[in-house]
Amino acid sequence: MRNVSPWREPVPPDGTMGEPRARGRFGQYGGRYTPESLAQACREVDEAFRRAWADPGFRGALARLLAVHAGRPTPLTPAHRLSEALGVRLYLKREDLTHTGSHKINNVLGQALLATRMGRRRLIAETGAGQHGVATATAAALLGLEATVFMGERDIERQALNVFRMRMLGAEVVPVTAGSRTLKDATSEAMRHWVGATGDSHYCVGSVVGPDPYPWMVRELQRVIGEEARGQCAAELRTGVPDHVVACVGGGSNAAGTFAGFADTTARLVGVEAQGGAGASRGRPGVMHGCRSLFLQDDDGQITPAHSAAAGLDYPGVGPEHAHLRDLGRARYVTVTDEEAIAAAVRLARTEGIVPALESAHALAWVIRAAGDGDLPAGSTVLMTLSGRGDKDLSTLKELL
Amino acid sequence: MTTPAPDPAPVPGPVLDLGLEAAADAGAVERRLRSRRDTGRGLLMPYLTGGIATGWTDYLRAFAAAGADAIEIGLPFSDPTLDGVTIQRASDLALARGASTRRILTELSGMPDPGVPLVASTYYNLVLHDGPEAFCAALRRAGVGGLIVPDLPVHEADELTDVAAAAGIELALLASPATPQPRLAEISRRSRGFVYAVSLMGTTGERAALAASAAGLTGRIRRVTDRPVLLGFGISTPDQAREARRHADGVVVGAAVMRRVLDGAGPDDLRDFLTSLRQALDASPRPGV
Repeated sequence: MRNVSPWREPVPPDGTMGEPRARGRFGQYGGRYTPESLAQACREVDEAFRRAWADPGFRGALARLLAVHAGRPTPLTPAHRLSEALGVRLYLKREDLTHTGSHKINNVLGQALLATRMGRRRLIAETGAGQHGVATATAAALLGLEATVFMGERDIERQALNVFRMRMLGAEVVPVTAGSRTLKDATSEAMRHWVGATGDSHYCVGSVVGPDPYPWMVRELQRVIGEEARGQCAAELRTGVPDHVVACVGGGSNAAGTFAGFADTTARLVGVEAQGGAGASRGRPGVMHGCRSLFLQDDDGQITPAHSAAAGLDYPGVGPEHAHLRDLGRARYVTVTDEEAIAAAVRLARTEGIVPALESAHALAWVIRAAGDGDLPAGSTVLMTLSGRGDKDLSTLKELL
Repeated sequence: MTTPAPDPAPVPGPVLDLGLEAAADAGAVERRLRSRRDTGRGLLMPYLTGGIATGWTDYLRAFAAAGADAIEIGLPFSDPTLDGVTIQRASDLALARGASTRRILTELSGMPDPGVPLVASTYYNLVLHDGPEAFCAALRRAGVGGLIVPDLPVHEADELTDVAAAAGIELALLASPATPQPRLAEISRRSRGFVYAVSLMGTTGERAALAASAAGLTGRIRRVTDRPVLLGFGISTPDQAREARRHADGVVVGAAVMRRVLDGAGPDDLRDFLTSLRQALDASPRPGV
């Protein structure tokens, strides 16, 4: 029996997801902890993005790309049969229906457009599941840029189809053999590569992580998810806003974009992490990949590798704004296991005819569990961002099922 | 007849009191490096990954015997984002052997005074782990006098600069070829011990030749400070050390040392290698000569 509500009320004024404070701070987190060699490059990205974001010409060009190339707006789909079974009203924000099959395209089109404004001719990216890599390769092809994508060797093995897609799109995929050979190591290698390539290349960070301005910039570029969903919920729901807004969290970009549309409402925000990659739930404050945030660490301060069946959640940290929202109590972070996520993926496939990415299935797994144990009261309205489609995970699922 | 001279306008370029001011705040590491530099000696700071092998402190003694003016000791971190493959491998190996900040500092405390200043280098996560105060105090107890944190740029350094100074730890800041001049002045002013000039836009690791960007950077630093300037990244051979000495007060040699250590070279082998660098530096003219 739960006596104490996990929710803290009312909404703290600092938790409304506006601009970060000076020096890229979200509370005690964020900042720009880069080698001196990258300090100037970060400053240039920051200045260029601020100018672009305030420029209606840039916003218009991005909106057009999102509409005609990425297929926005994405629908809000009521999950009728699953809702009935769970006793809640579940709506899915369908980022899986974007071009390239995940929300990653929203961020990448923005950064690729920014890179062309900055006169850069190449995009550098890290990728875990391959979705950000595919999106980067796609945007680069669309805008006539080159793309170099760093990917852990282990992820290359489990996401072979996405590797081929990137190469098909003309991108160079560089295998990373260091450390755990997953997203963490791919990010380190992309940063190392950028140090030597700041003159002609833009580092297109794929999540709300990294040095300032990336956590803020990527959240702003993903805000379109939350803003569309806010309008769609207003049209669909009698209450205007859902009771709960749920998204999966690796670095946390689809969650940040979704939450940004609802941070100033009464909606309860829930970020769902993989049990083996729960930076927000189990991380300790530290600095890695350019920002101060929460990271999984051992007793000596070494970063411990994450483990998840979902390559996109296989990251031992979380974006600094999520760390801040956690501290404020504005968002709550929970974990689910690989098994729960896989079961949720199967259930969505068989009740709604949608095969979700294993990352997105984590968010659904929490909804299913919470509806079962009363954490989500019967009749609650729930908006869940379905961040990507499951095609890339079919070979993983085939082995596990 | 003389008339009173008007107040002098600020003069760009080298200003004498910059040097005097810098000398006044110098700690033990900087005083040592200055006094050696001022005799015309080219400074040599080899790097070793702490905990890389059983008896790793024997390397430090060999470095000192070969004529090192300071020794940089890496406290290995799991995710060294400014290091190339050699030091990544060394870090991984040391960590796999059970190296940790605590253990390395304990082992340092147990060794006889090597007679040269010790400078720790590590990533900021390890500084924050027990908090900057505790970290700096632990360095001090282990006989370490200086500190390099490659992912702590000057605009984030406030949290550590005063704490380090209070603990008697000289925090050396890094400057890169991309650093604009006003920021270079700030880095040089706030750096302690020396200014670490990163010779190139890249990670640590051996290179075939000294980067072309080294000369411009060191020239720009020397315009704003007379603090010792050590040039690092990619300096691997006696010829490169000789070339680097034309631009800087001395060199940092890391990957070229660690490649040899990883290949099985012992302290005596490293003493021979560093002696060759020492001789190259001794045979080089001072910067600007």
